Amino acid sequence: MMESLDQIKSRIEGAVPEAKIEIVQNGSPSQQQSLLLDSEHALAIGKFLRDDPALRLDFCSNVTGVDWLDRIVKKTIKIKTAVDGVEKEVDQTTEEKIPGYLEAVYHLYSIALKHGPVIIRMRTADRAEGARLPSLTPVWRSAEFQEREIFDLYGIRFDGHPDLRRILMWDEFEDYPMRKDYVQPDDFEWEPTPHDEVLARAKQHYTLRPELDGAEALRKG
Amino acid sequence: MSATLQTLEAMERPPVRMTSRLEGELLEVSMGPQHPSTHGVFRMNVALEGEIVRKLKPVFGYLHRNHEQIGEHTTYLGSMPYTDRLDYFCSMSNNWAYALSVEKLAGIELPERAQYLRVILAELTRLQNHASLLGFLLSDMGAWGTPLMYAFREREKILDLFESLSGARMMCDYMRFGGCRVDASDEWLARAKQIVDRFPKFLDEFEELILGNEIVIARTQNVGTLSADLAISAGITGPMLRACGVNYDIRKVDGYGFYPRFKFRIPLGEHGDTYDRLMMRALEMRETIEILKQALAQIQPGPIVNPKVRIRAFRPPVGEAYGRIEAPKGELGFYLISDGGPNPYRYRVRPPSFINLTVLEDMCLGHSVADVMVILGSVDIVMGEVDR
Amino acid sequence: MSEIDEKLRTELQRQGVWVTSMQELYNWGRKNSIWPLQFGLACCAIEMIATAASRYDIARFGGEVFRPSPRQADLMIVAGTVTKKMAPQIVRLYNQMADPKYVIAMGACAISGGPFKQGYNVLKGIDRYIPVDVYIPGCPPRPEALLHAFMELQRKIDEQKLTGANKAEHLKTDQPSEFPVPKFGEHDLEPAANCAVFQPPVIERT
Repeated sequence: MMESLDQIKSRIEGAVPEAKIEIVQNGSPSQQQSLLLDSEHALAIGKFLRDDPALRLDFCSNVTGVDWLDRIVKKTIKIKTAVDGVEKEVDQTTEEKIPGYLEAVYHLYSIALKHGPVIIRMRTADRAEGARLPSLTPVWRSAEFQEREIFDLYGIRFDGHPDLRRILMWDEFEDYPMRKDYVQPDDFEWEPTPHDEVLARAKQHYTLRPELDGAEALRKG
Repeated sequence: MSATLQTLEAMERPPVRMTSRLEGELLEVSMGPQHPSTHGVFRMNVALEGEIVRKLKPVFGYLHRNHEQIGEHTTYLGSMPYTDRLDYFCSMSNNWAYALSVEKLAGIELPERAQYLRVILAELTRLQNHASLLGFLLSDMGAWGTPLMYAFREREKILDLFESLSGARMMCDYMRFGGCRVDASDEWLARAKQIVDRFPKFLDEFEELILGNEIVIARTQNVGTLSADLAISAGITGPMLRACGVNYDIRKVDGYGFYPRFKFRIPLGEHGDTYDRLMMRALEMRETIEILKQALAQIQPGPIVNPKVRIRAFRPPVGEAYGRIEAPKGELGFYLISDGGPNPYRYRVRPPSFINLTVLEDMCLGHSVADVMVILGSVDIVMGEVDR
Repeated sequence: MSEIDEKLRTELQRQGVWVTSMQELYNWGRKNSIWPLQFGLACCAIEMIATAASRYDIARFGGEVFRPSPRQADLMIVAGTVTKKMAPQIVRLYNQMADPKYVIAMGACAISGGPFKQGYNVLKGIDRYIPVDVYIPGCPPRPEALLHAFMELQRKIDEQKLTGANKAEHLKTDQPSEFPVPKFGEHDLEPAANCAVFQPPVIERT
């Protein structure tokens, strides 16, 4: 049996001092909790997880990115204020804006000891310039193509990756298509009976690109 | 000396040495995406010294059809037919991997008969996948067509089974969260049993024709050797990992489905070369037949769907889950994040054949360009899964 | 070239005289030895292989010689999803084929993008760039459907005229046999469709 995540966390903290680790809870019945690593010490932690004799997580199975947009969390607190000289309890709603970030998730297993998974994740500072993370390819070679894929589709730059290029899209491509706010190119497909949303898109498309027309009647109304 | 002369001197090219061969000159060749033996639209940029491969960079994405993004835009059930098209040889295994992940995410139990049906169908898939792979691999070696014809003859029989059960030859879309879509009749099970019982005869014939063949041995032994350490570090799974002698089969390790109920052995290789990878498939088919025989004997009538699952308007609780199975090509996993809505927030496929290609360059270096095709063939890739 | 009277021909055949025209002989030869390009894209390619394999045996129709080189091929079976990354290569392959050349769009993806139509990297139909002769719906179409498409193509070849105003496209000197290859752009392929080939049908509302 593998140690619990708390034990693993405390042992990492013993081995890599100054490492800041959080346990990310998972409410689903799968009970797959994960460790949130700070990107400064991620490489050292990765090496520890791989080489520690009790863990030996030598097999990094799945590496993937997740995009979390800016969120607004509404909180309602009761505060006491004086209304017309009388003290009353009033609900006050505060809106807290949590800036968005990109996340890289690694699923680790042990082939030597046949246990797992231990899930580790790292978060970028933001979704633009700060979208950088340390590459774990030096620890697990299997991350090589998968980190390239995250770079291609999510735009996380992995420092220390041996060959960080686009992998699925062509090199000239500029967008990060798996991000939640990606806007697809306008290559609207002609439809015989467009309606609702599709009709709106069709009208926009046909006025923007008359050379690709064919839907004269549609433009007229 | 005038300025013009200096420039001319600088422009003078180094003398060309006329030797019998181009020493140290590398020739860069782009193989694919249209190439008769790249198994689809796969491309490799190869630097050759004469005929020897000195560098190899795979180029992906020619079949990148945005499976993951479409998965995030459709409902949980809506993604099920898309999983058929991942590894289009093995739609049943893909269905199972996805259903397993969703069942983990939502905590769904399965009735007994559904578990048996899943095992039977996944193992039938493994049979036809491995048989076709051997055919393709021998095609790459120059046995043009004939072994493939034999393999496809057997594959058609299994596809007939799939078709009579699910309605489609390849894209079965058979499994559902908490069960299977349609029940197998007794006649179907009897026919499956008949095909399984006759399969060893095909294997005997095939192995006799092929595996002892001198050309096959010369083309595969000590070609594309992969060490166990590198294989583990590079996340290689499936028959390719076991060919290196690493005993890791998710059917045994995770014990998902009803696999712990069946007696079967895990074939292991010794050298990690192409021959071992080829043999691994042949031996695995024998073990698969054992599993199928047991499963077909043990299966009992009963319900095939968990009645508590609301398949329409399916909304799993907030959270995430990673489920994996031993697909014919390796570890096929699905990583799902649910935000409580009808669509997954994140839908990720862990494609075995994509990750198995990580070591393609390591295996091919120093071999001739003709061997690259054989090594690539032995990895067993399907582009639908590599690029998704 | 005048058409032979059908009745006269039957009568002559009964007497042991076989009469044909240059056009018939030429088309008969062409339609029964169509060499497809050995070229698969996705799932449909497996059904294409199954069509060529033991059970369905496309050799019965003279189409078993799958050529790996476009220079030797008459027919391109676009079998599978055409992605935007692959589209320039397909147009290039089409351009490399020698006239007369034919295209079968096999499966929903090759026709319109199929189930993957919403994908950012999926081309919504190969007919945006090259002309298609026969479309087969299905995901994937069964081998029988491919055989049917093949027979349709044979019928089409058989009906092609060698001379006259409505002679076959490849015999007209002013018809292009090569089409511009799209370029990889920053967000999409450029151009997104070849207007000379692709015209969406006009909507007529009554």
